[in-house]
Amino acid sequence: MTDSRPVLTMTGISKSFPGVRALHDVHFRLFPGEVHALMGENGAGKSTLIKVLTGVYDTDGGTVTLGGTEVSFAGPMQATGAGVSTVYQEVNLCTNLSVAENIFIGREPRRLGAVRWGEMRRRARALLSRLDLDLDVSAPLGSYSLAIQQMVAIARAIDVQARVLILDEPTSSLDADEVAQLFRIMRQLRDEGIAILFVTHFLDQVYAIADRITVLRNGQLVGEYPTAELPQLTLVEKMIGKELDILEGIDEQPKRDVAALEKGTPLVAVSDLGRSGAVEPFSLAIHAGEVVGLAGLLGSGRTEVARLLFGADRADRGEIAMDGQPTGLSTPARAIERGIGFCSENRRAEGIVAELSVRENMLLAMQAARGWLRPIPRRRQDELVEKYITALQIRPADPEAPVRNLSGGNQQKVLLARWLITEPRLLILDEPTRGIDIGAKTELQKLVAQLSDGGMAVLFISAELEEVLRLSHKVVVMRDRRMVAHLANDDSLDADRVMQTIASGSHREEVNR
Amino acid sequence: MSSTSLTLGRAKLRLPRRQVPVLATLVLLLVMYGIGVSQYRAFSNVQVVFNVFIDNGFLLVVAVGMTFVILTGGIDLSVGSVVAMTAMVSASLLQQGLPAQVVLVVALLIGPLLGFLMGCAIHFFEIQPFIVTLAGMFFARGMCTFISGSSIPITDGFWTTMSQQRIGDPQGNFVSISVLIAFAVVIVAAWTLAYTRLGRNVYAVGGNPQSALLMGLPVGRTRIAVYTISGLCSAIGGILLSFYTLSGAPLIAVGMELDVIAAVVIGGTVLTGGSGYVFGTVLGVLALGVIQTLITFDGSLNSWWTRIVIGGLLFAFILLQRLVGIRYK
Repeated sequence: MTDSRPVLTMTGISKSFPGVRALHDVHFRLFPGEVHALMGENGAGKSTLIKVLTGVYDTDGGTVTLGGTEVSFAGPMQATGAGVSTVYQEVNLCTNLSVAENIFIGREPRRLGAVRWGEMRRRARALLSRLDLDLDVSAPLGSYSLAIQQMVAIARAIDVQARVLILDEPTSSLDADEVAQLFRIMRQLRDEGIAILFVTHFLDQVYAIADRITVLRNGQLVGEYPTAELPQLTLVEKMIGKELDILEGIDEQPKRDVAALEKGTPLVAVSDLGRSGAVEPFSLAIHAGEVVGLAGLLGSGRTEVARLLFGADRADRGEIAMDGQPTGLSTPARAIERGIGFCSENRRAEGIVAELSVRENMLLAMQAARGWLRPIPRRRQDELVEKYITALQIRPADPEAPVRNLSGGNQQKVLLARWLITEPRLLILDEPTRGIDIGAKTELQKLVAQLSDGGMAVLFISAELEEVLRLSHKVVVMRDRRMVAHLANDDSLDADRVMQTIASGSHREEVNR
Repeated sequence: MSSTSLTLGRAKLRLPRRQVPVLATLVLLLVMYGIGVSQYRAFSNVQVVFNVFIDNGFLLVVAVGMTFVILTGGIDLSVGSVVAMTAMVSASLLQQGLPAQVVLVVALLIGPLLGFLMGCAIHFFEIQPFIVTLAGMFFARGMCTFISGSSIPITDGFWTTMSQQRIGDPQGNFVSISVLIAFAVVIVAAWTLAYTRLGRNVYAVGGNPQSALLMGLPVGRTRIAVYTISGLCSAIGGILLSFYTLSGAPLIAVGMELDVIAAVVIGGTVLTGGSGYVFGTVLGVLALGVIQTLITFDGSLNSWWTRIVIGGLLFAFILLQRLVGIRYK
């Protein structure tokens, strides 16, 4: 594959936003018939590079060459027309349109100006069957899960006679089977000669599929390496730019004594709480200083549990007690008042206010808890923001930068800071590490451990079992919108056993109930 | 878990979710008609239905244009004023002795031009449609009084023919030419929305403008197009109104934009965009017309009762849309 000429070359690409230098003199090449992973921490400039390539952003400098000719796309449509298709991390389709339309809109088969619906549906079915998907193509896209929607987005991308296929974190919302299916399709497309640019945070996936790796750091090129010649540890070092001992740091944490923690009144005790259609009634006790991991597949009801605890959804049965006192957590405002913080998994839609600055975003929850009549003194604001920007290593370290201009991982950190500032007694973290890089992930895990040492209770929701097991004192397993097991995280508990519980839905291993 | 997980996300209730509001309007319409027929003998006369069309033909045309705008998630408050302005311009030009063909062409160009400009302002300067079209509304209404402070009668031969021509069946039931024009507009609009790229882009933009942009759809062009279409429909509506009244009056069609929006919403088009049909709008306009007719037949009720009933219905339908939407989520 390396003997041919690159289909795509990017030379000396630079791009700045107000207050942020996103890319500086970056080079990138892509050969036909290869899967090329673009790696880097959050804010390293991966997304920006892709958006420059597809014409979403103008460049400040540098050239893009496609198939030997210099190109400058005015927008994604032009890029697609030239054979450069993109599938984004967040599914960018219209859920109100049918599956078939989402695949073909903008290039529907037409006769005399009229869309040929029958032909379009037929072609959609054919295309989806190539991806092993059996969907009702005339159903609205919104009636399918996020994972299916992602597959439809890929179908849309490959239907165009694509020479270059860009997959920007396509796997972050897929489960293992779906990832395997995606990889099968990627290999198939690669063998057909398509060049695939693959962005992901899952290192295992990179080594499973990528032929070559380009690493970016702080908007600059670190280097381009064949996957076989770059061991995983070296890759991580190149990404974060320092020797990696912090990775092991967490594992060395002694497992604390769960029994001691669980003595006394639980901070939050939930009994028989449920909401029909969202989650079956469940009971749960969380003690001060305890990290409770919530494991389960996507859509198993993890987020629904969190939303009930936070009062974002109204429970239609059951009770919540805090410190032994029954309490109604009927609205998020009440929950915040009682010292509960909730970092949503859906940071763009439910968390970050993109137009506001880093400082303003961080202070939102604290201000809400204080009430609007008692503004936080500016000096206190600056102190707090400064503290958390340093503590969480938010980049750029500029309190006044609009959050919109930050990368996904840094937005996540801002969101986390927002709740940490309120010093909650129970912090609910819903997929806090999804879509963020290994360095930030480790920092975040360390932080959670520290917080719980300091007496904060944490409900930690994550699809990554290793992460859940590393941090939690107790693991609660969700399956099909039902809480199926409470497992004490002792030496006998490992990922396999949690997996089995998820798969079988066994009640036998329950403790405390 | 293997292949079953891929079908897990299938919807359970996909039957007529998007058609529910339209069906509700249809049922409502039939119920109201049934009430009319059971209460008043003359109500079952076919001409009653035809009269609803004759009296509301211009409203229907304007509502069709509004449907495009609302489907993209926008709003057009200028329609009533543009209707009045078109009628005023026609009447004034005819009074000055211009031939009917020239007057028609000029009158039909002003509305779309204003719509185009408003669309450009909305797209290029990213201003709220509400404000831009509010400005358009004041502008067009001001133009009406600028042309003449009082009503101008139309005596042109073509206009009177169009006004008085009856197209009927042997039983003596008839419709006006305006009704046929309104039907033509409805059919062209329905076809455009269902079968053309522009139409599908309208739904995509209303569904999720960000996604539409990333899918490479011409979001800006679509936005500008819908306001232009709404302007054109208002212009046609204005011509039909001048056929109907044979005059141009500066204060005619005041508040009409609100009736139009009500008709579109009662017809099942969601105000946030992305879901709705022209057929629903037809039903919405009919519903408004039948309410009016019922109240006229009753005779003892003040005509303001029309407003009260429309208000109640509007609220009920928005509630219905919310409920359908929530269940869907």
